[in-house]
Amino acid sequence: MKIEVKGLSKKYGNKLALNNISFALDDPKIYGLLGRNGAGKTTFMDILSGHITASSGEILIDGEDPFDNQRLTESICLIKEGQNFKKDLKVKNVLKIYSFFYPNWDQVLADSLIKEYNLDPNSKVKTLSKGMESALGITVGLASKAPITIFDEPYIGLDAPSRKRFYEIMLEEYQEEPRMIIFSTHLIDEVSLLFEEVLILREGTLVLQEESDILRSNTIAVSGTIDEVEAFISGKEVIEKKQLAGMMTAYVYCTVEEAKMHGLKVEGVPIQELMIYLTERKKGA
Amino acid sequence: MKNSLDESKPIFLQIKEQLEDSIINGTIKAGERVPSTNEFAAYYKINPATAAKGINELVAEEILFKRRGVGMFVTDDAKQLLIESRKKTFYENYMLPLKSEANKLQISLEELMDMVKREDEFNEN
Repeated sequence: MKIEVKGLSKKYGNKLALNNISFALDDPKIYGLLGRNGAGKTTFMDILSGHITASSGEILIDGEDPFDNQRLTESICLIKEGQNFKKDLKVKNVLKIYSFFYPNWDQVLADSLIKEYNLDPNSKVKTLSKGMESALGITVGLASKAPITIFDEPYIGLDAPSRKRFYEIMLEEYQEEPRMIIFSTHLIDEVSLLFEEVLILREGTLVLQEESDILRSNTIAVSGTIDEVEAFISGKEVIEKKQLAGMMTAYVYCTVEEAKMHGLKVEGVPIQELMIYLTERKKGA
Repeated sequence: MKNSLDESKPIFLQIKEQLEDSIINGTIKAGERVPSTNEFAAYYKINPATAAKGINELVAEEILFKRRGVGMFVTDDAKQLLIESRKKTFYENYMLPLKSEANKLQISLEELMDMVKREDEFNEN
C-alpha cells in the first residue's frame, strides 16, 4: 500500500503537534518512526489510522483518506502503548473481535503467541499486568496481518526476554509475508537493526527520512586537532561538535572514505546517537 | 561468525565482509552453500532486506551464485577474486595507518622494518 502525507498539520488549541509535514512511504518495509516525547509521532499515527482528522493537509492511503473509511481501516492495525482494549473483555473475546475485523487475521499465530506469552484466554483485560496487556497488544498487532501494521511503543512493562521474542517473531512474520510495519519506540538501540528506513520527527516537523544503512554510512564522527577538524567540516552539514584538550570530535554528514583521506580518525554513529543529536538541536541553531 | 554486529557501520557491509572472510580463510569452500538472507536476519535480528543487499553485492561480484530454489553458493573463483581485491586495499587499510602511527611515535623506517621482520621470525617458530 502507498501512504502519501501532504502538508499535514495538526493543532491542539494553540499548539502545533504536526507542522506541515510531507513524505511518502510506498514499500512493505519496516520503518522506524523516531523522535522525542511530544515530537508528534503519536498524533501522526492516530491520523494515519483514521482515528482523528488533520487540521490541514492530508494523508492518503492508496489515494483515499483513512478517516471513517471502513475499507482502509481493516487494512490498518495500530497498537498503542496502552488502552488498546476494553477493560471488561476477556482475552479470548478480544481476539475474537479482532479476528472478525481483520480479513487477513491469523488465528494460528494468535494462538501460538498467547501460549508464548502465557496469556490466559479467560482472563479479563483489567486483571492483566501492564506487561501482559502489552503482550496482548503485540499478539493482536502481529496476528492482524494488516498490510499496514503500526506499533506505537507497544511494550510498556514487557520484560527484556519477551521483547526479544517479539522482535524475533515480528521478523519471522515479515520474512514470510512482507508488509508495511511502522514502529515507534524510544528503545532505539534494541530495534535499529530491524529498520530498513528511518523517519525522525522533531517538534512536529520531519527532520529526516533515510534508509538506515545509508545513514550508517553517511553520518560519521571525525576526530583530530581542533584546526584539522574545523578545516575538514567547513562547508559540511555539522550535526554536533565537541572539544576537549585541543582535540575535537564533529558529527557530520559525509562518507568514511572522505574523512580518512584527510587523515582524521573516523567512527560511525549509531542511529540512537544520531537521533539524540538531531533532536537536541535547539531552535534557530 | 561474529556474535553481534557493530551498529555504527552499514549492516550490509558487515554481512558482506563476514562472508568474504569465511571464504578467504576456508571456512566456506567453493561450491558450498552460504547462509540465506533469512538465516542471517534471524541470527542477527536484522532487517532481511539489509542482509539481502550484502549477499546480492557478492552475487554481482561473482563471489556467490544463485541456484534457484536452493540457495546461494560460493563460486569456484571466489577465494582468488577476494584475495586479489583485498590485496588492492591492503595498503590503504593496513599500511597507511601503520605508517601514520609509527610516525606519531617517531619510529624510524629501520625500526619499523625490524618489527616487520621480527614478526616473520616469530611466525616461523
